[in-house]
Amino acid sequence: MSETHDGMDVGYVAKLACIDLTDEEKTLFQGQLDQVLHYVEQLNELDVSEVEPTAHAIPVFNVLRKDELGTSLNHDDVIANAPSAADGHVRVPKIIDQ
Amino acid sequence: MAELNKLTIAELSEKLAAGDCTSVDIVNDVLASIDANDGNVGAYLTIDREDALEQARVADGRRAAGEKLPMLGIPVAIKDLLNVKGQPCTCSSKILEGYVAPYDATVISKLREAGAVLLGRVNMDEFAMGSSTENAALGKTSNPWNLDHVPGGSSGGSAACVAADEAIASLGSDTGGSIRQPAAFCGCVGVKPTYGRVSRYGLTAFASSLDQIGPLTKTVKDSAILLETLCGHDSMDSSSIEMEVPTFGKNLPSDTSLAGMKLGLPREYFVEGMDPEVEKSVRDAVEHCKSLGAEIVDVSLPNAKYAIAVYYIIATAEASANLARFDGIRYGMRLDGKDPAELYAKTRSAGFGQEVKRRIILGTYVLSSGYYDAYYKKAQKVRTLIRDDFKEAFKECDAILAPVTPTPAYKKGDKTDDPLKMYLDDILTTPINLAGNCALSLPCGFASNGMPIGLQIIGDDFQEETILKVGHAYEQSTEWHKQRPSL
Repeated sequence: MSETHDGMDVGYVAKLACIDLTDEEKTLFQGQLDQVLHYVEQLNELDVSEVEPTAHAIPVFNVLRKDELGTSLNHDDVIANAPSAADGHVRVPKIIDQ
Repeated sequence: MAELNKLTIAELSEKLAAGDCTSVDIVNDVLASIDANDGNVGAYLTIDREDALEQARVADGRRAAGEKLPMLGIPVAIKDLLNVKGQPCTCSSKILEGYVAPYDATVISKLREAGAVLLGRVNMDEFAMGSSTENAALGKTSNPWNLDHVPGGSSGGSAACVAADEAIASLGSDTGGSIRQPAAFCGCVGVKPTYGRVSRYGLTAFASSLDQIGPLTKTVKDSAILLETLCGHDSMDSSSIEMEVPTFGKNLPSDTSLAGMKLGLPREYFVEGMDPEVEKSVRDAVEHCKSLGAEIVDVSLPNAKYAIAVYYIIATAEASANLARFDGIRYGMRLDGKDPAELYAKTRSAGFGQEVKRRIILGTYVLSSGYYDAYYKKAQKVRTLIRDDFKEAFKECDAILAPVTPTPAYKKGDKTDDPLKMYLDDILTTPINLAGNCALSLPCGFASNGMPIGLQIIGDDFQEETILKVGHAYEQSTEWHKQRPSL
């Protein structure tokens, strides 16, 4: 882990998460997150090669519902939350150029 | 003035049944107390007075028609991350300003069925990310015991409104301590139920494998009554467990004996840097439980010290995925761009606060190709060790006693510049979320500066009844819960 976090480039990772950072934010977060990543290196003290990972503490498997028609949310209430809408649809910027 | 706002659910329930007051009277007293004090406390983000009074009139009608449910007519404040149909749900984030919930969360439907009055929406750290409610974008909340101090977080508004008698009870959510820590800081009772006990449908997700909704109240008995209303299987949450819900409220014993009960004291839980007054109060509480007949046994949770490292990898990883839905397309804030990618980035950069951005970036990093095994998978494996520690410990005891936080509530601004310092405060609460079991926090003393101190009672999976019993016995044989802040 120690050799990996040296490579964390906050600006690049922010882009992966669709967040633009200002220069001040980049500098601030780089320092703070390097500190956090340094802290979590303590997990290297443990040998967990034989340990199974836990995704959910109380596991529930294969929860399926019956394939029956149910009630959905009210269409108008849902569309009313869209920042831009037309004819019952959410309006977005053009995706494909013709 | 009757000051019905100062009473508990159990007391009001009796008064309502006897016809000594109505739900409208209670709501009016609560609203009067909000008018008098919330300018200073700042617990509430929004209150729909007319809607609350209308719900109270309906509850009074139901009672007149013969209904007797324990929550009927009792006002409950709601943390601003639970969807209530027709109400805002901002998570105290600019990105959700203007959003109106199109449906009820399952816990809200359950409260409506039980006849509770949904009172108003209380402040929190943005998207539940924080331990002091200072990361809130839409409100500032103070600790009712000293307005210069933080109320804790992330359910800071939920704890402050109960402590200030601006609500009879409230709902919060706990991902790494977000119910128990503010309950301890504000001197009230809070329960983090076992993962799967309470449906998460309609809770704005932070870290889905850790989040649980729970009550904040003035007494353990009130927590038992409210918790019972919230629990139960729900087909809308695939992690919800099909299991019978005990009548927690009725099952509390009338005496305060703990004879036959084995209580564990984890030797690793009195951590370095712990405030000596916190340690003394908790050790005194342990002695008190012994005097009630409990046997105290030494237990060990050797991997609990890794909980913060594990938690801040797993919680941020899950958050980075959960918060991808806030992109300016379907709801909330939108900043336009020439294409969707520019729209997403502009919206998210302007809409999220700094702590949320920091956690999304960290979570994205630990899940990214090349780092997944080193961080995320490793954290999941250590999570197994932390859970195994509790399994071992509960072979030796019925419940575990511990502090909730290393220190009492601190002054505003003390930790805002140092995220890691604030994260480390969660050292005693995060292990329980990672392991999935249940815990409650209740008052066990005061520091010399007058700030409350909390005792944590930790139970095994689905052993809420045990921790409520221990908490009730302790509380009913001490006086801490009777003290109120002067506002």
